[in-house]
Amino acid sequence: MGYYKVPISGHNRDDEGSKLGMWLFLFTEILLFGGLFLVYAIYRFKYFEEFRIIAEHMDITLGAANTVILITSSLTVALSITAMKKDQDNIAVLLLFITIALALAFMVNKFFEWNEHIHHGLVMGADLFNNLQHGEGMFLFLYYFMTGLHGLHVVVGAIILAIVIAKIINGKITKDNYTFHENGGLYWHLVDLIWIYLFPLFYLLH
Amino acid sequence: MDSHAIDSNLNFYEAKRGLFSWIFTLDHKRIALLYLYSISLFFLVGVALGFLMRLELFSPGGQVMDPRTYNQVFTFHGVIMIFLVIIPSIPAVFGNFFLPIMIGTDDVALPRLNLFSWWLYIIGALMALGTLMFGNGPADTGWTFYAPYSVTSDTNVSMLLLAAFVLGFSSILTGLNFIVTIHRLRAPQMPWFKMPLFAWGLYATAWIQLLATPIVGITLLMVVMERTFGIGLFDPALGGDPVLYQHLFWIYSHPVVYVMILPAMGIVSEVIPTSAQRTIFGYKAIALSSMAIAFLGYFVWGHHMFTSGMSDEARVVFSFITFLVAIPTAIKVFNWIATLYKGSIYITPNLLWSTAFIFNFLIGGLTGLINGALAADVHVHDTTYIVAHFHYTMFGGTIFVFLGALHYWFPKIWGRMYNQKLAYWALGFTFVGFNILYGAMLTVGVKGMPRRYYDYLPQFEFLNKVATVGSWILILGILLMIYNLIRSARKGEIAPRNPWNGVTLEWQVPSPPPLHNFDRPFILSENGPYDFSLLEKINEVEQKPLDH
Ligand code: HEM
Ligand SMILES: [Cu+2]
Repeated sequence: MGYYKVPISGHNRDDEGSKLGMWLFLFTEILLFGGLFLVYAIYRFKYFEEFRIIAEHMDITLGAANTVILITSSLTVALSITAMKKDQDNIAVLLLFITIALALAFMVNKFFEWNEHIHHGLVMGADLFNNLQHGEGMFLFLYYFMTGLHGLHVVVGAIILAIVIAKIINGKITKDNYTFHENGGLYWHLVDLIWIYLFPLFYLLH
Repeated sequence: MDSHAIDSNLNFYEAKRGLFSWIFTLDHKRIALLYLYSISLFFLVGVALGFLMRLELFSPGGQVMDPRTYNQVFTFHGVIMIFLVIIPSIPAVFGNFFLPIMIGTDDVALPRLNLFSWWLYIIGALMALGTLMFGNGPADTGWTFYAPYSVTSDTNVSMLLLAAFVLGFSSILTGLNFIVTIHRLRAPQMPWFKMPLFAWGLYATAWIQLLATPIVGITLLMVVMERTFGIGLFDPALGGDPVLYQHLFWIYSHPVVYVMILPAMGIVSEVIPTSAQRTIFGYKAIALSSMAIAFLGYFVWGHHMFTSGMSDEARVVFSFITFLVAIPTAIKVFNWIATLYKGSIYITPNLLWSTAFIFNFLIGGLTGLINGALAADVHVHDTTYIVAHFHYTMFGGTIFVFLGALHYWFPKIWGRMYNQKLAYWALGFTFVGFNILYGAMLTVGVKGMPRRYYDYLPQFEFLNKVATVGSWILILGILLMIYNLIRSARKGEIAPRNPWNGVTLEWQVPSPPPLHNFDRPFILSENGPYDFSLLEKINEVEQKPLDH
């Protein structure tokens, strides 16, 4: 005895559905960061001068380098999807490896940047930090919090892209079935997008 | 697909066996039951804590615990009831079980995500329980985690906050799954406005889960950071802003009360047409009022903060919008009553749970209008009046519907009938005990008894004694109900497909359903989901079963 197969089954492949799910998830990510952006705005409004002064300590060169790195990585992800659509697996994989390498470069940069600040005592708990104005401390705290949370997303994004690579190699992602690849790319663009806002807020506004 | 060569004579319990076939299942029905059993467990823990609090308040002065323990107990009670019970309750249990069936499909859109949500729920629950063992005792801040006390308390607040964060994530993923499911998997003959109203309730709810929960997630994380680094985000002693915390907290936590109530209203909109054997009055109004409530719900959070320090303009606006929410709510109530009016009503425990809900929610809603009014709220703020108000809405509202839904869908889920007589008695005790308990708390609150105190002035003694006795009757009713349901699930009479003569799709599948839900093509009406002229055709199936 069989069973009745419903006309629209949840067990069928549904690319639109998967993408819809990813977009909805991106909304929640934006709202998650939204809470922090809100707090940033409030405290920037309250401690305008102090935010301005402490922001001078930010390394614009490193920040700008990281911005370029992330934007480039968004490009390579997008290109890898195009390559996939054209059935050029090897190129797609190569571009994904480049993306992950760029993610790594971003994190290394970040590491040196944080290291530098921490070395100078611009970190919670250090003596220098304790003598700062409240607004200045707040700026640094938000800087660590927001770029830290963003860094976590970079790592997660890179892991997702690594899974995409594995799936391409195993033949699970193909020319006709690349939604997972696209979703990974979407997530990566979100990581990039958030940085595009973090960069001016912490580095450029003096 | 190959794995589908499954006999539809087997129901979803029999299709697979073993512990792993449960805890790693992708079947929406099994995931629903996993949620049901875990949520019920925590509900009983929460009830036990409530019982202890009422025992403490039986007489003035310390009775069974010291003040610090009392604070920890109401905090744990609140956190369990909110994050582990009521937020997941109806969507995760009945939404998971019935949404796919009611829209005519065989699973949710993202089954693996669904399982992942349950695991997140368990991880979050274990973290919450972990605060009992690790650190300096469980939190004593109240479930609202108000700063600055949540920053300075020496109890294990951080871990509880992280638990709430994880639980929020679980809730988001459930909502996301339902939105995709409703968009993508409705049966071809089922356009939006032919969906059962329960699906509409879940849909509106899902959007709130999705768009409000991240904010509280990040806010709770901020408190953890504040506790770790002492930076002065919310703690005024360090230059922070405690009112900012309240804003961020209630931006989520008001909308979330609609996560609690909208699915319940959806279920009532199912039970009432079935009981009255006629189509629902004002289908579109009920469907759209859910969306209206979800939308308006984002703009009223300030009514929790009338006494916290806000400009008069803000307070008046928040108060006004709060009143607006009453309109879509009343639309639903009037439509339910109009559906029952002159219907051929079959009185069952299901219907009585729903009417008990309407009664309780009427009190909850009307007392809510009093809180929403600026001048009145200043007097009742932080009294047991508020505690009674939210128990009337959450417990008398949502949990009553949850328990009612357990009766309504009981035959479908377990394939057996429950003992109706015992069910009436259980409902009677629960309803009477409930109203004695919270009626007394409502009254003593108006007289000025503050909430969250383990002691009180002598003049409040009588009403507190009444409340505590009420809690005993209430708990007796709940235990009786649980006894009845567990016994019936094992020994009850075998249930037919359609014991209540409903017409939505879940009554067209076997009880309990087979793994893939449907064993034959389903019947949908052109005239929407509650077309009772189809009843005869639907019930024909049972009389000449194909497979047995
Ligand atoms: C037998 C059942 C219950 C009893 C006896 C009970 C009793 C109580 C009492 C006495 C308090 C207030 C303590 C105080 O302010 O001093 C309280 C608080 C609370 N209850 Fe219940 N309750 C029960 C069920 C529920 C249910 C089903 C829910 C929600 C679904 C719930 C949610 C809450 C919340 C959120 C608080 C506030 C905690 C806080 O102040 O942080 N309770 N309960
Ligand atoms: Cu509210």
